[in-house]
Amino acid sequence: METLLNDFSPGLFAVSTILLLALIALMVKFAWKPILNSLEERESGIENALAAAENARKEMQNLQADNEKLVKEARAERDAMMKEARDIRDKMISEAKEDAKEVTAALIEKAQASIVQEKQAALAEIKKNVAELSIGIAESVIKKELSNKKDQLELVEDILKEVTLN
Amino acid sequence: MKVAQKTIKFLLIAAITLFTTVNFASESDKKQDNQNDGGRVNTKTEVEDYILHHIKDSHDFSLFSYTSNGERKHVGFPLPVILWTSEGLVTFMSSEFHHNDDGHVIVEKKGLKFAKVHSKIYELDKGVSSINFDEDHHPTNAHKVLDFSITKSVVGILLIGFLLLFWFSRLAKQYKTKQIPTGFARVLEPLVLYVRDEIARPNIGEKHYRKFTGYLLTVFFFIWVLNLAGLTPLGFNVTGQLAVTACLAIFTLIIYSVSGTKGYWMHMLWMPGVPVLIRPVLAIIELAGALLIKPFSLLVRLFANISAGHIVVMSLIAIMFTLKESLGVVGATGLSFVLSFFILLIEVLVAFLQAYIFTMLSALFIGMAVEDHAEAH
Amino acid sequence: MYNLIGAGLIVIGAGIGLGQIGGKAMEGIARQPEATGKIQTAMIIIAALLEGLAFGALFLGK
Repeated sequence: METLLNDFSPGLFAVSTILLLALIALMVKFAWKPILNSLEERESGIENALAAAENARKEMQNLQADNEKLVKEARAERDAMMKEARDIRDKMISEAKEDAKEVTAALIEKAQASIVQEKQAALAEIKKNVAELSIGIAESVIKKELSNKKDQLELVEDILKEVTLN
Repeated sequence: MKVAQKTIKFLLIAAITLFTTVNFASESDKKQDNQNDGGRVNTKTEVEDYILHHIKDSHDFSLFSYTSNGERKHVGFPLPVILWTSEGLVTFMSSEFHHNDDGHVIVEKKGLKFAKVHSKIYELDKGVSSINFDEDHHPTNAHKVLDFSITKSVVGILLIGFLLLFWFSRLAKQYKTKQIPTGFARVLEPLVLYVRDEIARPNIGEKHYRKFTGYLLTVFFFIWVLNLAGLTPLGFNVTGQLAVTACLAIFTLIIYSVSGTKGYWMHMLWMPGVPVLIRPVLAIIELAGALLIKPFSLLVRLFANISAGHIVVMSLIAIMFTLKESLGVVGATGLSFVLSFFILLIEVLVAFLQAYIFTMLSALFIGMAVEDHAEAH
Repeated sequence: MYNLIGAGLIVIGAGIGLGQIGGKAMEGIARQPEATGKIQTAMIIIAALLEGLAFGALFLGK
């Protein structure tokens, strides 16, 4: 302890105190303040840049999501439209088919009706013809063989036989 | 431009070297050596004296000395001696002591007589013409004076101070024009960041560290560069001067005492949560710890580490002379070289470590003083 | 003479203490390598405090 105190020089202590105070003041003023300020500025600048980059990335993501949504919507719309078109087409086809069926049915009916009519007309004509023919036959028979009753009956029976056949 | 600068630098250095050599060649002193080898340092006691002399501050800047024709010649330059004596301020150049360090050369100024003993300047009592010593080698008829001399340590402080100012103001200037410094400033930037982010910020806390970073940075670089300068052949031992380390420690003490919060002082003087009877005892212990032990450990640690480092390095270099008889010239020189080389490497590490520890502990003490106790407990 | 013995005792004590600090810190680092920085800082601080104590004692005895 004694050697320690003996080694201690109050003069040097005073001088170094003054010099150190001056050094600290000068260093703080001319070096540390500007250095630390610029370092902090730079750090905050880097932080801001990073944050901005992050924001931009997020925005990009949002945009992409938006785009995807739009595409999806468009696709859905297109699908819906196509479906509608298909439905309309199917409906039209089925309606056309129905119409055609109806028309053919009507045509067939009409044809059948006219066939029946024709048949009946033909039958009627045939009947008329048969009647005329029979009348003619009858006339001629009557003219020729009315004298013989038996023949007459035979004749009538023959004719009737023929007639009922039809 | 650059070539011109370099030439100027070279001329300047050459001029200084020439000046000091010429100056000292003429200044060699003839009388003081009572031994016949011309003052060579080659015995064990001489080596011991030489090392102990180096550890102390000195009043002149001597780089080395050599002997020619039995005369001791010193290379270096004298420094001004500034004394506050019983007659007021006295100044003269240290060359007037003629490198004498045992009180034989007496300098007379303003009717007062001065002698230098072991790097301390004594004012001789009235009517005394030569200095007397007691058995402990303390002067009996002289007393110490307040010595404000520009000693070697002061030169070291000034030199390193200007160097730091130059380096870091240049770094500061570089930030004005660019984001990333170039050249030597680029080496300094990470060091500044290291002190700020590894020492100041974690130990003081995010809220307060800005105020103290300037002090911590100054102290860190001051100690570190001076420690490193002490390892060069210039032979500074500034951080091994008790006065300088005491000054640094007292700065830290003042800073953490002044910026201490109310909670800090409350915890020290009237510890809550402790029986009332024990509180005064605790207060004494805590006060002694904060005001004496903390700064004392700071100042003694730095001083002792650096002084011990210098002593060890110089002792290992001195192996060259002290073991010459037993190992031979080559053996002693080789051993000395190998040992001192490795110890010097360790000393480079210690130079950084001591600066780091001093700054770190200062930051820790400041952090303890400024933290919010209400939150901490 | 006596203060040399005292200095030796101080150095023994400080050596044991430093060994404990360093050894435990190594163990801690080996166990949790990710906490290396924190452990080293704490280690250096405690070692520095111990060193201060030892130097104080050494110089009181000198």
